[in-house]
Amino acid sequence: MPDLSSALHLAASELTLAVGALVLLMVGAFIGDKSARLVSILSVLLLIAAAVIAFMGPWGVAFNGAYVADPLAIYGKSVIYLSAAVAIVLGDGWMKRTHIAKFEYPVLIVLASVGMGMMASSGDLISMYVGIELHSLALYVLAAFHRDDVKASEAGLKYFVLGALSSGLLLYGSSLIYGFAGSMRFEDIAAFAQNNPGPGLVFGLVFLICGLAFKVSAAPFHMWTPDVYEGAPTPVVALFATAPKVAAMVLIARALEGGFSEAHAQWSQVLVAISLLSFVVGAFGGLAQKDIQRLLAYSSIANIGYALLGIAAGTSEGLQAMLMFMTLYVIDQLGFFAILLSLSKSGRPIRRIADLAGLKKDRPVTAVALTILSLSVLGMPPFSGFWGKYYVFGAAADAGLWPVAAAGLVASVVAAFYYLRIIKLMWFDAPLDEIATDKASPETSLIGWACAAFAFPLVIVGLTWLEPLTKVASAGFGNG
Amino acid sequence: MPYILSLVTFLPLVGALAIFLARLASKTQDAAAPAARWIALITTLVVLGVSVVLVAGFDPSNVSYQFVEMVPWFAGASYHLGVDGISILFVLLTAFLMPICILASWKSIETRVVEYMIAFLVLETLVIGVFTALDLYLFYIFFEGTLVPMFLIIGIWGGANRIYAAYKFFLYTLLGSVLMLLAMLWMSHTAGTTSIPELKQYAFDPAVQPLLWLAFFASFAVKMPMWPVHTWLPDAHVQAPTAGSVILAGILLKLGGYGFILFNVPMFPVASEMFRPLVFTLSVIAIVYTSLVAWRQTDIKKLIAYSSVAHMGFVTLGIFSGNDQGLQGAVFQMISHGLISGALFLCVGVVYDRMHTREIAFYGGLTSRMPWFAAIFLMFTMANVGLPGTSGFIGEVLTMTGAYQASTWAALVAASGVIFSAVYALTLYRSVMFGEITNPKLMTIADIDKRELALFVPLILGTLWLGVHPAAVLDYTGPAVEALTNAYRVAIGG
Repeated sequence: MPDLSSALHLAASELTLAVGALVLLMVGAFIGDKSARLVSILSVLLLIAAAVIAFMGPWGVAFNGAYVADPLAIYGKSVIYLSAAVAIVLGDGWMKRTHIAKFEYPVLIVLASVGMGMMASSGDLISMYVGIELHSLALYVLAAFHRDDVKASEAGLKYFVLGALSSGLLLYGSSLIYGFAGSMRFEDIAAFAQNNPGPGLVFGLVFLICGLAFKVSAAPFHMWTPDVYEGAPTPVVALFATAPKVAAMVLIARALEGGFSEAHAQWSQVLVAISLLSFVVGAFGGLAQKDIQRLLAYSSIANIGYALLGIAAGTSEGLQAMLMFMTLYVIDQLGFFAILLSLSKSGRPIRRIADLAGLKKDRPVTAVALTILSLSVLGMPPFSGFWGKYYVFGAAADAGLWPVAAAGLVASVVAAFYYLRIIKLMWFDAPLDEIATDKASPETSLIGWACAAFAFPLVIVGLTWLEPLTKVASAGFGNG
Repeated sequence: MPYILSLVTFLPLVGALAIFLARLASKTQDAAAPAARWIALITTLVVLGVSVVLVAGFDPSNVSYQFVEMVPWFAGASYHLGVDGISILFVLLTAFLMPICILASWKSIETRVVEYMIAFLVLETLVIGVFTALDLYLFYIFFEGTLVPMFLIIGIWGGANRIYAAYKFFLYTLLGSVLMLLAMLWMSHTAGTTSIPELKQYAFDPAVQPLLWLAFFASFAVKMPMWPVHTWLPDAHVQAPTAGSVILAGILLKLGGYGFILFNVPMFPVASEMFRPLVFTLSVIAIVYTSLVAWRQTDIKKLIAYSSVAHMGFVTLGIFSGNDQGLQGAVFQMISHGLISGALFLCVGVVYDRMHTREIAFYGGLTSRMPWFAAIFLMFTMANVGLPGTSGFIGEVLTMTGAYQASTWAALVAASGVIFSAVYALTLYRSVMFGEITNPKLMTIADIDKRELALFVPLILGTLWLGVHPAAVLDYTGPAVEALTNAYRVAIGG
């Protein structure tokens, strides 16, 4: 192939990661488990390098259209790689505390990142599926990483079984689409759909959406989320909540707005139903939770509902809104998990929401940071979460999705209760016991505080450069 | 001064920052408390001074927005500030009540003083921001933002049932305002601007106006609060610390009325006209029903809280009468109620600080032990009833005159509310102040001290001055209200 070198150049970030992961695996295999720290540091550097390569890299299409390096993919990849890097940093302190320092943890995250990069860049059904499987397989292992822990094993198994089911749905939908459209490439599918958007194609499309909805844990395909969030190790959950969601959202956007932009009327209904269900389930499901990570699972279900609303709008503004929302959401989530990881009592991590009681006395700065993050996810202006919702609801409203936007806003009031409870426990209540929280590893606290500082006040400045970036990333998509 | 509005808005935030730095500089929370108190007091006094300069430089005959600042922001919104004859009075009211609140909490707040003062200063910035914002989203940010410090103030320093009250306050008002956000999105997308002065000129489709009107109404009616969504208020008041109540009744309730005047009436005149019977019905129910409820209360603070709801009924009556007298009266009533209810809550605070109970039955015969307090409490009780010579009278008369022109029946029923207010207010005064002291614990109760007197003096002067010289307010609101009602008449006539 004459253009192989340029194709490899386009895919440089994934190649860097893939080769780097293999090298790190060798390093780990030769040095053994005491290399965990070194491998972690190198993985973080590798991911940052990959993000820079992706960001600086050329735009174009490679491998017969199977691989796309457009602004959308590049933006998505930058967010994915950086949040994966943060997840590795968060994992370091956790591994030390639980005495399961294993070099496989960072390597698996790097491998998952290759898959997520592929998802963001996939231009046809095959590369989409390969990307999804590559990242899923790494994540299944990560979920069960704490293998002596019953809950972690349960989480891994559940995630695996339900993930396999969703892959089945995805494949079934893909084969239908291929059968009817006669091509794997989103571009060709779009051209075909323009002329005959028959029921067969729509049927396949619905399966495709269902499979992808599993990956972003949108209701009614959310059942695995609370269990996996509860069982999996906290730094792994921090990864689950961020990078794979961004990858899958970018993929959904590309598949639907790239491959099926002509069938917008059909898929937008499905997405509206899914997002409506998601924020209702997320809002009401979270009310009775006692475990913080389960609560965050429901919170993520609700938030994915809001993000999907941006795609459902079907416009480039909607896509831009989704990217803004996801970026701000990822930062909030990383902050949330970093703070969770920085809190433990007598070596035991804080897991119950009630354990946060009286945190203000013990750790005032962390309490302020967690308050800012809670208010942000709640959607209180002027915190970052409000701006995410502002863009998404603005785009949805622009596209005429008024009733859903109204329902979403009302659901956010219901969800406000459980974020308020976190604030209430920290500020109003007395501590449950006299035991002080342990000294946290500095990097987790710092990440938590930094994310909170971004949620407010840095977001005011941050938005002014996020907005043009996402605008470029979303240009050319949608029908508006 | 070109940036005086930004200055008056964000100066309290600077004070909050200074308190935070003072906390960092001192070893313990308690060591920083005196510094926190003084910084808060000085900041609020400086803000008061700046807002007096602001009022002095304001030209009441000019109906357009003054001291305008505008910087484009992101997401299509802009940082757009300005004041007209109505909003400038609320800025002044806020700046006026804040130092009083800080002084009122001087001794009664002993725990977590640093956080308390920071919360109050942040709240002041947000409230002044609501009154100066001229951009839809900027308004929304400030409007929503007030929930957070208030949630903390009620939840941390409140009474026994504070957490229930804090949740109720937060969730009620949040539900109201998300609908407003939706309406704002629609308006900015339809009109293509987020500037409030431009939106006032934009003629919204009469078919859509009712929906938009209802969305804004949902938010402001909760904040106001109007019957039947008023139930958060008595809970919040009873559980809030004294200064929290003063701010709540004196300023935060006015955000609702101010919102009606800023959005509902000028932007959706057709819908305002259409929904007038609804508003009038709710208002007179509020006036009569909550007055009767107030009469049966056993808790002094709850009684005054219900009386606030009744007085806010007059405000909504005036605003939606759609004529000069009604709107002027509504603004006047809000300013006057800010002073009077603030003073009444301070009176409750005086006895509560001494006896730590607000049960009416606990008290009785305080006149013999606290003559100064008795005189002050009587004066504000009478002002609350609407005695001529106090500002309460002017507000009620003007709003009822306005309402009379719009609906005789509404004015008739509302007038009966004036009698009911006398019933509950005098009942309260008699049970707490008159008679023999039957409770031995009250034998040693002390009269008010100099600090407390200093709190009441400005409020007394303000109430009496506005009572005999209402033009002080009406001269400012007059041109602005006239412009509003003229546009309103044109809109519903055409």
